[in-house]
Amino acid sequence: MSGMKPKHQRLVLLVIAVAALIGAGLLAAWALRNQASYFYVPSDIVAEPPAPDKAVRLGGMVQVGSIKTADDGVTVHFVVSDGKVTVPVVYAGIVPDLFVEGSGVVAEGKMGTDGTFVASNLLAKHDENYMPRELDDMTDAQARATVSETSE
Amino acid sequence: MIAEFGLAALWLAAALAALQFLAGILALGEKGAGLEAVVRPVAVVQAVLCALAFGSLLLLFARTDLSVLLVAMNSHAAKPMVFKIAGAWGNHEGSMLLWVTVMSLAGGLIALIEKRLPERTMLATLASQAFVGLGFYAFLLFSSNPFERLSPPAQEGMGLNPLLQDIGLAFHPPTLYLGYVGLSVAFSFAVGALLTRNVTPEFARVMRPWVLGAWIFLTVGITAGSYWAYYELGWGGWWFWDPVENASLMPWLAATALLHSASVLASRDALRTWTIMLGVVAFSMSMIGTFLVRSGILTSVHAFAVDPERGGFILALLALYIGAALILFALRAGTVSEGKHFAAVSREGALVINNVALSAILGIVLLGTLYPLLTEAFGVRVSVGPPYFNPVSAIFAAPMLVVLAIGPLLRWRRDRLARIQKPIIAVFLAGLAGAIGVFAIGGVELLPFLGLVLSLAIAVGSVMPLKGRSLRRLPLTVWGMVVAHFGIAVALFGMSADTAFTQQTLIAAAPGDKAVVGPWTVTLNSVDPVAGPNWTALEGKMSASYRGGVEHHIAPQSRTFWAPPQQTSESALLTRWNGQLYAVIGGATEDGRWQLRLWWKPFVTFIWYGGLLVALGGFLALLGRISTDLRRRYATRRVAERKAEGAV
Repeated sequence: MSGMKPKHQRLVLLVIAVAALIGAGLLAAWALRNQASYFYVPSDIVAEPPAPDKAVRLGGMVQVGSIKTADDGVTVHFVVSDGKVTVPVVYAGIVPDLFVEGSGVVAEGKMGTDGTFVASNLLAKHDENYMPRELDDMTDAQARATVSETSE
Repeated sequence: MIAEFGLAALWLAAALAALQFLAGILALGEKGAGLEAVVRPVAVVQAVLCALAFGSLLLLFARTDLSVLLVAMNSHAAKPMVFKIAGAWGNHEGSMLLWVTVMSLAGGLIALIEKRLPERTMLATLASQAFVGLGFYAFLLFSSNPFERLSPPAQEGMGLNPLLQDIGLAFHPPTLYLGYVGLSVAFSFAVGALLTRNVTPEFARVMRPWVLGAWIFLTVGITAGSYWAYYELGWGGWWFWDPVENASLMPWLAATALLHSASVLASRDALRTWTIMLGVVAFSMSMIGTFLVRSGILTSVHAFAVDPERGGFILALLALYIGAALILFALRAGTVSEGKHFAAVSREGALVINNVALSAILGIVLLGTLYPLLTEAFGVRVSVGPPYFNPVSAIFAAPMLVVLAIGPLLRWRRDRLARIQKPIIAVFLAGLAGAIGVFAIGGVELLPFLGLVLSLAIAVGSVMPLKGRSLRRLPLTVWGMVVAHFGIAVALFGMSADTAFTQQTLIAAAPGDKAVVGPWTVTLNSVDPVAGPNWTALEGKMSASYRGGVEHHIAPQSRTFWAPPQQTSESALLTRWNGQLYAVIGGATEDGRWQLRLWWKPFVTFIWYGGLLVALGGFLALLGRISTDLRRRYATRRVAERKAEGAV
């Protein structure tokens, strides 16, 4: 940039900055399309299963009577339902305090090849003020309906 | 009475802010002659009144005055005193009052002590500060009155979210707010400089300590918040790319860029419009953060108000201030003349790379944070996490960190890489040694690998400016830079080492069982019930030994709070110089065993030591700037005195 007038230098700097920001924006847009983890309910999983290596979030109600702890004491199997279809889930770890049957849950993880959802993290309703945003739409009435349907 | 007094003080302060704004603007024109004398005193009195209002709220919370709605909703007589007081800002109304208080105190302080800039620029700056303040006063008084009475008074308070009942967290929000709102001063200086067409190196020198101060608080706030999330949430992670974390990171990125560009403007009179732009962007990021966190658009422990009206109000303020500042910028930027010329290989050149990369990362974080909100408007729910943020920001962070290792060695204006050949080779060798070492250990993924290599290179590069200089005579500002850059290396090392080498064990253990995690052997001795002031808990008593050495005792708890009823996991930590053992106890299994989750996290503490070093570096630089300023003031006064004597 030597031998350049300050005015030209300002132009060059402006071009560099704008190019870098546009580059960052395009890169971000491309990566967001590929890396964002989409929210699924069991019906979506059945209708259009996500690719096995893709991180997704699965939300629904924990079916009554479905939580089973394996012999190792830390692996939990349960079934998530949206009132229409169900998806089996496996999770190894300490479950959230309010993770109980008939209550809402969001599982973060990937679809296994055998049709079981492998969760790496569970988000359960924490208290009245803090619950996974995805469960907002499920009103208590809907949740009760879902539970009564799935517990029969 | 206290509540009414507080409310009256708040209204008066708002009225004075209006006066400060009008007087400042009129004094800039020809008709307002004489008004300029009003502006500074009004700014100071406004700050005092606002501080009194905030003091009243603190007093109400300290006394648990249940006839005040906010206290009844957020406090409880059975809480320890420190959490009663912290409860004052642990809610929407109180935290907005804290915001306004910090803002008016900052305005009062510049009115009181800043004498270096031309008076017209100061008037415009104080008018801008009052203008921004006014919006937040209106927000408080019209939609979030913290002093609202409750009639009849409540019998008992509702309590404070147990997750927030933590001593570190009690002081986390005020720290971050000092940072967020401190950036309003940079914003006002930028607006003032644009309005009066006075973008000079002197302007950058005046703005720099304020940005530095805000930046130190942001750095400490982010570091503390990260540590809090690490030990309180019980997930063993220290950064989740949660929108709320991003809301504090974005102003920090902008402020970091601003600090560096302000130093180019101050030292070399270049990057004029860019510095102004960053001043506007930095505070805009603070406001966007507040909007994201406080509007209820995100659900998290940080979201107090799930109230669309309030969200709309903040959004309107945001649009008004950012929009007005950008329009002013668009109109005036062209009239700011070009700065001085510099070569590509120079200190300025390196700082330009720093600025461009930081801005790019800022854009990437901003897009990633807003993307879920955008898609939700179209009915698609996504969450954006580490698989996006880590690699995409690394694309810009990695080259920036390479430049960080050698940039400070370059001279201003024009330099040759050949001149600093030796330090460059030293930096390269440090990185190479790191690469070989990590490669020998094996099994490390690309990003932590890069992080480890770069951290070693930066550690060596950051101390190079000390070479061949008298350590005693070295200015504090240079020490500040060296310490802050070294802190970046330390933090980066901690992040990368934790990501690369963490080991985890998950078991169900009966009392007497042993578990192995990394070099540790942990024995569960017993699980006992314990009780605290407002909770009961099950406590797992464990002993842990490092490579068969001395047994240490740790006791993670699973706590149940009464008001409001909620359960939390209290993790237990065992810290060695080279890492931490992290233990969490979960529920009981049907056969009477207890779920334990144990992590061995090598060098994880370096993350926060590094963060604190970065803040310390900022503090040293600030001390250096202040002492230079004081010396200069003293010298000018002496010259003036001598002149006066000579005249006599």
